[in-house]
Amino acid sequence: MASSEEDGTVEEKENNNKKRTKSALTTAWLTFYNIAMTAGWLVLAMAMMRFYIKKGTHKGLYRSIARTLKFFQTFALVEVGHCAIGIVRTSVIVTGVQVCSRIFMVWFVANSIRQIQNEESVILFLVVWTVTEITRYSYYTFKLLNHLPYFIKWARYNFFIVLYPLGVIGELLSIYAALPFVRRSGMFSMRLPNKYNVSFDYYYCLIIVMLSYIPLFPQLYFHMLRQRRRVLHGEVIVEKDD
Amino acid sequence: MLIGWFDRVVLHTAARSLEVFPSVIAVDQKGLRTTNMKHYEVEILDAKTKEKLCFLDKVEPNATIGEIKSMFHRTHPQWYPARQSIRLDPKGKSLKDEDVLQHLPVGTTATFYFRDLGAQISWVTVFLTEYTGPLVIYLLFYFRVPFIYAPKYDFTTSKHWVVHLACMCHSFHYVKRLLETLFVHRFSHGTMPLRNIFKNCTYYWGFAAWMAYYINHPLYTPPIYGEQQIRLALILFLFCQIGNFSIHIALRNLRPPGSKTRKIPYPTKNPFTWIFLLVSCPNYTYELGSWLGFTLMTQCLPVAFFTLVGFIQMTVWAKGKHRSYLKEFRDYPPLRSPILPFVL
Repeated sequence: MASSEEDGTVEEKENNNKKRTKSALTTAWLTFYNIAMTAGWLVLAMAMMRFYIKKGTHKGLYRSIARTLKFFQTFALVEVGHCAIGIVRTSVIVTGVQVCSRIFMVWFVANSIRQIQNEESVILFLVVWTVTEITRYSYYTFKLLNHLPYFIKWARYNFFIVLYPLGVIGELLSIYAALPFVRRSGMFSMRLPNKYNVSFDYYYCLIIVMLSYIPLFPQLYFHMLRQRRRVLHGEVIVEKDD
Repeated sequence: MLIGWFDRVVLHTAARSLEVFPSVIAVDQKGLRTTNMKHYEVEILDAKTKEKLCFLDKVEPNATIGEIKSMFHRTHPQWYPARQSIRLDPKGKSLKDEDVLQHLPVGTTATFYFRDLGAQISWVTVFLTEYTGPLVIYLLFYFRVPFIYAPKYDFTTSKHWVVHLACMCHSFHYVKRLLETLFVHRFSHGTMPLRNIFKNCTYYWGFAAWMAYYINHPLYTPPIYGEQQIRLALILFLFCQIGNFSIHIALRNLRPPGSKTRKIPYPTKNPFTWIFLLVSCPNYTYELGSWLGFTLMTQCLPVAFFTLVGFIQMTVWAKGKHRSYLKEFRDYPPLRSPILPFVL
């Protein structure tokens, strides 16, 4: 897209060191939200464990937790709103990409393509997500209550090192397993001729989604690594005064 | 003694004042004072590292930032003037090329901060490249060049007359844009960052290919309401093309050749410019109208999508332009909206 006619030069992003004085209402809402999400994912974790202990297999596990999963994962869209209005200091795009990829996996892969719901890869990413989200939301909760145990902080910034790649493997394997069923059923696809003069092939769309993990995953992973260095080793690295 | 001591004091004082305050003030071609010209010293520091990059002494007070950029370029040949951003404050706004040294809030030793804007490319080059692409690409699809559609369709033509009409309109639109770039537009900035050309070309060329693929497809479905729909769409398209061109001419005439002056645009005798009464950036309004016409004419969802994305981008630009008009001109007409009359 052509650059604005006003500014053909690189615009420097102003470094806003605004002190975010959070109102009591904002803090109350965020605390409530994070407690609710922690509880939700704990419920999911317990339901999954109970199912496995009772049935001894992972077959049918997805179906048993599907409703709860859909509810809590979709509700996470609210976090994009938090970033957009500024009550949470994270990039809207980073949060947006992460939440959207989750929504996509839940609604457009796991939920829609029943034949893969008993795959091991699905259980893999579900377990990974559960552990990650419980850690993350409890971290935010304790931070808002100003009572952050070091263990939670450590977990939040170290678990991802293993969990993130594991989750990606689970997701990619699940999409790959879904491909033949998508091709055969022609789901979510539109062929010519039609009155909108457009076509869409969900099969190729899924392949493109899988390929997009290649540029996107490293960016998100290194973003987390940078944050980890800043948060865990912030006391060690002394800012050089010029 | 012919003059008393008192007279001598008066005479002496008078003589000294003539030295310090000459009765004749000399002025150069720019109308700037050259009498009692003290030379400035200019040091240029890197905005990020604060390292001293260049020291210029004996700089004339009436030197412009543009001239200082040329001098800086001589010491650092890799930074041609177009990629230099010179500012008073490391995080401040760039100074303009026309700014004069002695009118800036600096002492006789002026300190400026430099930021490298990166490789630059001229606006004209970018526009020509990004507009030639769609023109050529659409025609490749129109003539059904091999490897796009099934081999039995190679070099055939569509049986629907609206497809031929659409090709003519699309080609006309981009030829018009190319000619305007060469002969009509007066750019306030000479260059933009090099990476923009890749971004812009991907957008224009990508969308052109996506639209052209469906419109020229052997299985294309012509508009539901047939000739009525196509005729209405064509009228809308042509009306907005003429309107868009009228606005470009009106904006060009606001600005004398080679200048960078900014004035409020007003309606002229041309009825297509009367929209200036209601809108700050009618060129965008007409552009939206043209693409709505094209969408209606082709009844193609990718075209609708392209129109939508373009509309969003143009609205962002129009709002910015509207805001800067309001900031710059106290007497800016209050009835005007940025892009859509009364609405946006």
